[in-house]
Amino acid sequence: MTTTPTAVPTTTAVAGGIGTSPLRPDGIPKVRGEFAFSGDLHEEGMLWGATVRSPHARARILSIDPAPALAIPGVHAVLTQDDVPGRKTCGQAVKDQPVLADGETRFWGEPVAVVAADDAETAARAAAAVAVRYEPLDALTDPGEAERQGSVFRTMHVVNGDPDRRGEVVVEGYYETGTIDQAMLGTEAGLAVPDGEGGVDLYVATQWIHEDHEQLYASLGVEPGAARIHLSGIGGAFGAREDLTLQIHLCMLALHTGRPVKMVLDRAESFAAHVHRHPSRMWYRHEADPDGTLVRVEAKLIFDGGAYQTTSHAVIANGAYFAMGPYHCESVDVVGIATRTNNPPNGAMRGFGAVQVCFAYEAQMDKLAAALGMDPIDLRLRNALDAGDRLPTTGQVIEGAFPVAEVIRSLAAMPLPDAGPGGDPRHLPGGAGLTTTAADIRRGVGFAVGFKNIAFAESFDDYAEARVTLTPDGLLVETAAAEVGQGMVTVLQQIARTATGIEQVEVAFVDTAAIGSAGSTSASRQTQMTGGAVLEAAEAVRDEALRRAGGGTLSGEGVLRDGVVVATLADVLAEGPITELVRFRHPPTTAPSETGQGDLHAGFSVAAHRAVVDVDPDLGLVRVVQVDTAQDVGKALHPAALVGQLEGGILQGVGMAVMEELRIDDGVVRNASFTDYLLPTILDAPDVEAVLIEEPDHWGPFGAKGVGEPPTISSTAAVVAAIRDATGRDLTRAPVRPEDVAGV
Amino acid sequence: MKHTIEMNVNGEAWAVDVAPGETLLEVLREKVGVKSPKIGCERGDCGSCTVLYDGKSVRACLVLAVEAEGHEITTLEGISHDGLTVLQEKMVELSSFQCGFCAPGIVLSVHELLQERPDPSADEVKEAISGNLCRCTGYDPIVDAVLEAARIGPGDRG
Repeated sequence: MTTTPTAVPTTTAVAGGIGTSPLRPDGIPKVRGEFAFSGDLHEEGMLWGATVRSPHARARILSIDPAPALAIPGVHAVLTQDDVPGRKTCGQAVKDQPVLADGETRFWGEPVAVVAADDAETAARAAAAVAVRYEPLDALTDPGEAERQGSVFRTMHVVNGDPDRRGEVVVEGYYETGTIDQAMLGTEAGLAVPDGEGGVDLYVATQWIHEDHEQLYASLGVEPGAARIHLSGIGGAFGAREDLTLQIHLCMLALHTGRPVKMVLDRAESFAAHVHRHPSRMWYRHEADPDGTLVRVEAKLIFDGGAYQTTSHAVIANGAYFAMGPYHCESVDVVGIATRTNNPPNGAMRGFGAVQVCFAYEAQMDKLAAALGMDPIDLRLRNALDAGDRLPTTGQVIEGAFPVAEVIRSLAAMPLPDAGPGGDPRHLPGGAGLTTTAADIRRGVGFAVGFKNIAFAESFDDYAEARVTLTPDGLLVETAAAEVGQGMVTVLQQIARTATGIEQVEVAFVDTAAIGSAGSTSASRQTQMTGGAVLEAAEAVRDEALRRAGGGTLSGEGVLRDGVVVATLADVLAEGPITELVRFRHPPTTAPSETGQGDLHAGFSVAAHRAVVDVDPDLGLVRVVQVDTAQDVGKALHPAALVGQLEGGILQGVGMAVMEELRIDDGVVRNASFTDYLLPTILDAPDVEAVLIEEPDHWGPFGAKGVGEPPTISSTAAVVAAIRDATGRDLTRAPVRPEDVAGV
Repeated sequence: MKHTIEMNVNGEAWAVDVAPGETLLEVLREKVGVKSPKIGCERGDCGSCTVLYDGKSVRACLVLAVEAEGHEITTLEGISHDGLTVLQEKMVELSSFQCGFCAPGIVLSVHELLQERPDPSADEVKEAISGNLCRCTGYDPIVDAVLEAARIGPGDRG
């Protein structure tokens, strides 16, 4: 399905269309504190739920005695695996995760039982009172050992080109990245309301209500129509809401008690409940001809998937397919392994497998440039892929825009900030604590390029439904897509406006019973997918309105001819409603061959980052001064929101570079709080300047590409490269810790 | 053991039964019914529950409800009134937030700053909201909105 990005002659110029930055419709409620997040929901007579979680990485459950909890006044239910009415397991591709522990717990924090009580405090006390006897078992927590034992979810072997091709210049490296948390500010929360007829309505913050629904009704053992999911206000997501957490638990409690039940996870539980970014171990060997032509890349990747599969199969696939960056190479051999251990499960996080490998391959490119005696930017330009080229890993010919060289050149041409931190101690590493002085600071600059696919891959039937209806006042857009904060709600309005000439557009987020799936708000896909559906539906509505009026141009006032209204919207609707439901699909992808070959991806986006850091190499202090970027965006539909994605994604990349990591010892998370899992504050945030490269894509609405993930892919690599530049150290692990910088 | 406290919330007198361990955040959200202070971490790290306590910003998750006895508590609802402050207007205009979970706390932290320093520098703005985490933006458009609001001044909207 191709949408040609052309001007639309049958509409009038409209305020708030694409390419402008209109106000987001939820902006005023949000800034007034009136926007209801899932944790703000309330229903008369509701109970509160709480979860009993395993304190062990692995243990046999000898017994669960609910009696002490049920003895507490105000406790209404204690439910375990035995009480799961339908399918006892859940999961996205593979249903391998028990809804509640099945006799053995396989990771720290695994849900064992759930309780419902009159209020949150009683529910928490009841959860603590459920008497679970565990027999701790040996936990498998080392991914290397898991690989040796064959405890894996998926092994990829991507092979392309002549395996005997060798280059004269060879660099090898070993790299690691830590476990990273999405740390969305709103923790998991929801409200389940029984309908009195055996069914239930769930109001929850999630990224894909239809995927949740498939898993929910199966585990509840009810007909699909008896369980309905409604999207409620979402306090950020970044991948953390792609897998189920409390959805089934809430509905079980509501159906069991016959009362509405609400649950809000606290921050420590949130760290346990959702998946994280896979920690990685990566071995690389790059070979090049003396002129800098990359000829052979070998890599072995181990991403630890933790206890259950979630999306590990797809994350390791991305790692393998994008293992060598947006560069030409004659010969490639990549092994990717997602291990199964007793660590907390890992899955989706912004960048989805492309982040880890970018950290490694861009370090390799710098190392190779040094070995060749070449400028690292020249080396990247020499090998840059372009549209029409074949990806050296999968062999796919790249369709649409893929301006790798232009992204690199545009970023390299941006001015650097003034040298040195100046005299204000607030601008020194370590801040106003005066830990260091300007004289001890070394400045470094690092450059990195990354890319990733957009939308779902490997032959997945990826679609998005949207309905557009003409009303006497304007347009109604209905969708099940999750607005997680990124601003899709505004972009959908803009697309509908530009397509029809009608400014008044309301976007309604409707439930699983009211419309088909929009797919997940992930893989940078909604602007193109739900946006694509809205564009087609809005165009069809426009055409029908014009047909009824006998031609002209459409506007909010009605149909115009020669600047005069010949039919109002109400007139047009007199002969019946105009509504159009579109199920939009992107160009089809194929399943991979045994060697990872095929047209596996629907499209790609590339971005580059250049980081400037100030470092005190003796104390290990780092301040990220500036991170500039150039990104391939297709067409900027809402420039302000787009830049917001770039800045926010870069800051997450900065976090992974210098401060964020979930510390896990023998499977047990040691820093499940914002006191100990450090997030970048405003004082850690670098200045950001961005260049948007607008080359229209082959299937996004008006040529637009999804923009959410690329900011997070190469920003970490660029920051660490800058610290290497400042210190001369190898720094093969992200995040970089003070002791790594200081060499102690 | 319950204790009845009297406090002023957004200009209204309230008498609320509270337990000794209950935080001001829990009481505001569940008993007074004011939902703008958000539960982000419950240990003072994220600033999502920022409220004004006799005009000074505090983390409502770190204040016991009994400590509010006889004090004035102002939440975002109390400064928004029927419209938007200039600051709120600028935050919407300049895309200063995305998911918006941090917005109530940030508005109150900045509100306090602008009361004390109507014409702050960018560094002063950053210090004022250095205890408010935002995971969606890069913070930059928040600083822009504050400086723009300060330039315009509050007018008659407080």
